[in-house]
Amino acid sequence: MAMPEIRNYTLNFGPQHPAAHGVLRLVLEMDGEVIERADPHIGLLHRATEKLAETRTYNQALPYMDRLDYVSMMCNEHAYVMAVEKMLGVSVPVRARYIRVMFDEITRILNHLMWIGAHGLDIGAMTIFLYAFREREDLMDCYEAVSGARLHAAYYRPGGVYRDLPDSMPKYETSKWHNTKDVERLNRNRQGSMLDFIEDFTDRFPTCVDEYETLLTENRIWKQRTVDIGIVTPERALQLGFTGPMIRGSGIAWDLRKKQPYEVYEQLDFDIPVGTNGDTYDRYLVRVEEMRQSNRIIRQCVKWLRENSGPVMLDNHKITPPRRDDVKGDMESLIHHFKLFTEGYCIPEGEVYAAVEHPKGEFGIYMISDGANKPYRLKIRAPGFVHLSALDEMSRGHMLADVVAILGTQDIVFGEVDR
Amino acid sequence: MSDSIQKLVELSRNQFEESGGSCNEALGEVTLEISRGQLLETCKILRDERGFSFEELIDLCAVDYSEFGNGSWDGSRFAVVYHLLSITHNHRLRLRVFLDNQQPVIDSVVDIWATANWFEREAFDLYGVLFEGHPDLRRILTDYGFIGHPFRKDFPLAGNVEMRYDEEKGRVIYEPVSIETRINIPRVIRHDHRFADGSSSEGENGDA
Repeated sequence: MAMPEIRNYTLNFGPQHPAAHGVLRLVLEMDGEVIERADPHIGLLHRATEKLAETRTYNQALPYMDRLDYVSMMCNEHAYVMAVEKMLGVSVPVRARYIRVMFDEITRILNHLMWIGAHGLDIGAMTIFLYAFREREDLMDCYEAVSGARLHAAYYRPGGVYRDLPDSMPKYETSKWHNTKDVERLNRNRQGSMLDFIEDFTDRFPTCVDEYETLLTENRIWKQRTVDIGIVTPERALQLGFTGPMIRGSGIAWDLRKKQPYEVYEQLDFDIPVGTNGDTYDRYLVRVEEMRQSNRIIRQCVKWLRENSGPVMLDNHKITPPRRDDVKGDMESLIHHFKLFTEGYCIPEGEVYAAVEHPKGEFGIYMISDGANKPYRLKIRAPGFVHLSALDEMSRGHMLADVVAILGTQDIVFGEVDR
Repeated sequence: MSDSIQKLVELSRNQFEESGGSCNEALGEVTLEISRGQLLETCKILRDERGFSFEELIDLCAVDYSEFGNGSWDGSRFAVVYHLLSITHNHRLRLRVFLDNQQPVIDSVVDIWATANWFEREAFDLYGVLFEGHPDLRRILTDYGFIGHPFRKDFPLAGNVEMRYDEEKGRVIYEPVSIETRINIPRVIRHDHRFADGSSSEGENGDA
């Protein structure tokens, strides 16, 4: 029987493609519509963060961390400040720890909302995006209220957090888009302090997650696109260096917040969801449940923060700025202020690896100091980089359209992949 | 936690000291240094021996020590650092291997941990470390056709070439960089023994 001659196609995907989650260029070798090999070309967003950090003082390098994974900013900062604090041998006031944990979890929800919206949009669910961004808006307001910036917060600092939680939330004003009645409705939960606003959010949020689940969990199209797509066995997950929701989706209950607790996670009550099949659908379920658990953690933090007050920054002015009033009147403080913002502080010679459970997996900072006021070497261990390297293996034998589903389930953000 | 670290240090000393490895603990982290020739053997033991069980390679990176301590470094210039994680025992280990100055070459650990694939490509791209036995050692982060290894300490921060679109030639051209590297804050090394006791001291040493 004479077979027609079939050639393999090489298909270029991206870098300017909405489903490429930024600037991924994929070179796909295809047999018909089946992927034979996927070769991701990354680095289009490479900014040499690690090299730049070598020429900046420790405090100056901090805002670069926001720009790595730009949908979970504060978690990146967290790993960095933990590395600096570990090398300095200082411990942070407990209130600052609670604030950090609360904002880590707010960040986790922010990240997962972004993920669920984009992932849904990629594989055919339009509505979820609008739902997810509705809640994201409230949390972005929290970012703004506490740090002044909606994205690049630079809120965590070595020695604590930049400032305490504000007593009031910014409010909407009447404009040609919002009339008085709208503004009244929008400001209803913004009357009290920021903690009141967050608490109100945590009251509402479980219902919102229910809404997302109604849209997707039992949705036939959603299941057709995700069930049995990109299966990773636990053994392969370990080999491929997976962490975070990717490894939990494969059934390994590994979470740094439980296993190697940092800050105050030991005192908080929450569960670790795990999947069973290791497919895209399981990872979806894991992340959705993580949002509910984060909500639980935030509630516990709000309760603690209401009941306890205290400093949020170390009083050691070799590494934290002195109060502004003191700088005006006190010679010692003026000197500290000047030294800190011109030269920074030196960290004793040594090396450290600090990791946090980032929404995407294990985000680690490996830092080598030679005793100078700048890091000698900074290596950022980005979870997305590792996960994307497994794209080839995960997508082999799948259809072209499934590559998009697999990219979505890996929760790729190019800020951290390319660094 | 500290008990398990102590156990890990002892275990690695017993296992690797006779073959020239050295193991120590600092800041609650265990570092094992071995020579280049032992790498594959050591990694296999670390992954498969029951006491170690390092199933995951968390991170792999190269380090250029040439300017360490403002030039007081007299060891090898390049090192490759591996960060390992054991899910079973919940412990971590840092493995460091120094390379030859003349030829920074090391065996690839791709066959032991599949994660190493991209990490090694990255280390090759940024530092020019060659990994023998790597299936596909291409550049990964830098541009197509990039020259040099940008994270080496002797590579300028602003780079060597800049790129623009030339109207007349109708294509993208490369030219020597027109900007100067600007360092606002000089790098200084101070030893003021503030952290010598290891605790958080708020004492004033008056170095300001």
